[in-house]
Amino acid sequence: MNMTRKFSAVFYWSILSGSTLLVCSFLGIILWDIFSKGFSSISWQFIASFPKEGMTKGGILPAIAGTFILTIITTLFAVPFGVACAIYLNEYATPGPLNNLIRASIRNLAGIPSIIYGLFGLALFVQSLKLGTSILSAGLTLGLLTLPYIITTTEEALKRIPNSLREATLALGATQAETIRDVVLPLAVPGILTGIILSVSRAAGETAPILFTGAAFYINSISPSLHQEFMALPYHLYMLSTQHTSIEKVRPLAYGTATILIALVFALNFTAIYIRNKSRKSI
Amino acid sequence: MSTQIRERLDNTFRLIFQSSGLLTILLLGGILFMLLYNSLHFFSITSFTDFFFKASWDPDEQYGFIPLLISTLLVSLGAMLLAVPLGILSAAFLSELAPRRVQAFLKPVIELLAAIPSVAVGFLGIVLIGPAIAKVFGLQNGLNALNGSVLLAVMSLPTIITISEDAINAVPKAHKEASLALGADHWQTMFKVTIPSAMPGLIAAVMLGLGRALGETMTVLMATGNASAIPKSFLDSVRTITATIAIEMGEVPYQTRHYFALFAIAAILFLISLIINLTGEFFANRIRKYHA
Repeated sequence: MNMTRKFSAVFYWSILSGSTLLVCSFLGIILWDIFSKGFSSISWQFIASFPKEGMTKGGILPAIAGTFILTIITTLFAVPFGVACAIYLNEYATPGPLNNLIRASIRNLAGIPSIIYGLFGLALFVQSLKLGTSILSAGLTLGLLTLPYIITTTEEALKRIPNSLREATLALGATQAETIRDVVLPLAVPGILTGIILSVSRAAGETAPILFTGAAFYINSISPSLHQEFMALPYHLYMLSTQHTSIEKVRPLAYGTATILIALVFALNFTAIYIRNKSRKSI
Repeated sequence: MSTQIRERLDNTFRLIFQSSGLLTILLLGGILFMLLYNSLHFFSITSFTDFFFKASWDPDEQYGFIPLLISTLLVSLGAMLLAVPLGILSAAFLSELAPRRVQAFLKPVIELLAAIPSVAVGFLGIVLIGPAIAKVFGLQNGLNALNGSVLLAVMSLPTIITISEDAINAVPKAHKEASLALGADHWQTMFKVTIPSAMPGLIAAVMLGLGRALGETMTVLMATGNASAIPKSFLDSVRTITATIAIEMGEVPYQTRHYFALFAIAAILFLISLIINLTGEFFANRIRKYHA
């Protein structure tokens, strides 16, 4: 009896830890496969030059620049709205049907598949507002996609600020807006920033919403115009791995692009994790 | 600054914040309106019976929705078959067995797994999982439903693990200890005490994971081969709702029947993921209430 019990405990331990190990190994396999094959394609020339000879040679500079500008547009659009909405929910809103409706909307928005945001961006920005397929349309579409995420993380950051601080400020005669500006927001900055960086990292890797709102297979110059089509890293990876006429030939370039994309997303995530750990210690 | 100006500023800011709150309702309303308006257009020129009973999706000829629906469900449910046991066992490990240090290491690992862009996961489906499946099953290529399921399982694992872990953590320790003290072993405790009491949370975890799998576009677009016939097995190529929209929307002329058709299938996708997310939400709220 004792033996079977001991055996069952060992079995329990090994199945559970084995499952976890398997999950971790997925991350390991993904990173190993992509990085080990991608690093050899990466050079200064790969990062800093345009694609050449029908994409079979050259680099991915326009895709890097496109993703960079795209995420800036997304951030400029989504952060003010998202933070303002979170401030409303946490600092002003009183329980009631309107409040419930707003919260329900945000939860639903967070669950909508990203391709539907792509359709919405196409119908609203590209067609109705006549912005055309452009980096602006795509950036705004990604902005809508990240909005619920920014609202949720910002609200969580605001919740962590103790109420006594707000009450003290209000008691000293500050208005509510002043309290938020001078006390609540400055203290919540690390939390809000963490959320913003994670949202940006998500937006930078998204492909489906930009498929028909402005991403292009190839552009021959980087222009500062917001009304032009653009190249982006995730879309470039998709094109190189499925749509190119000589897929085997461009495989090293696809690996290189995947490496840069994942490195970018991870760099953003590590920054966010670092800020979060640091601010948790200080509060 | 005079008090009057300060008060006016205060009111202005309140209005700004409030209107951003209302904007979210407007955004959801806008998405609903777009889907509904365009689908109604589609159904005014196509009959429901054609949409639901024609056996294939051939734009400009017939718009049979069933192959797309079956493909979507097949890939997502396959993903859940793989991800749910693995996710729940891992969550149990994290909450019951893992020492703090191991936990502190595993949490960021799971976050990073969730952070990998879907297009990179799809790329691996092409270069790694596809050839492996082709070799094991002796197929010409490995771009099929199984490939999509494996990838979607990996992508939904972080969601499932995180929410299941919260659910398992919420089961009072005393219950498990009581069970062990009465002579039940770890497995009996897990299946007869921990999992039943964590059930609402686990259902929420599965639902939200499923929601993520159903709505995923790039992975399935790249890894499942996109043949638009009704699949017979996991080794058949499939074409999901999301992949169909992604493939065809870029090429259809504005406001044609085909254009409206894509909005109609998007509306159905929206409805399915809404129902699944609401179910998940319902069960998640039940534990929240229970522990409040």
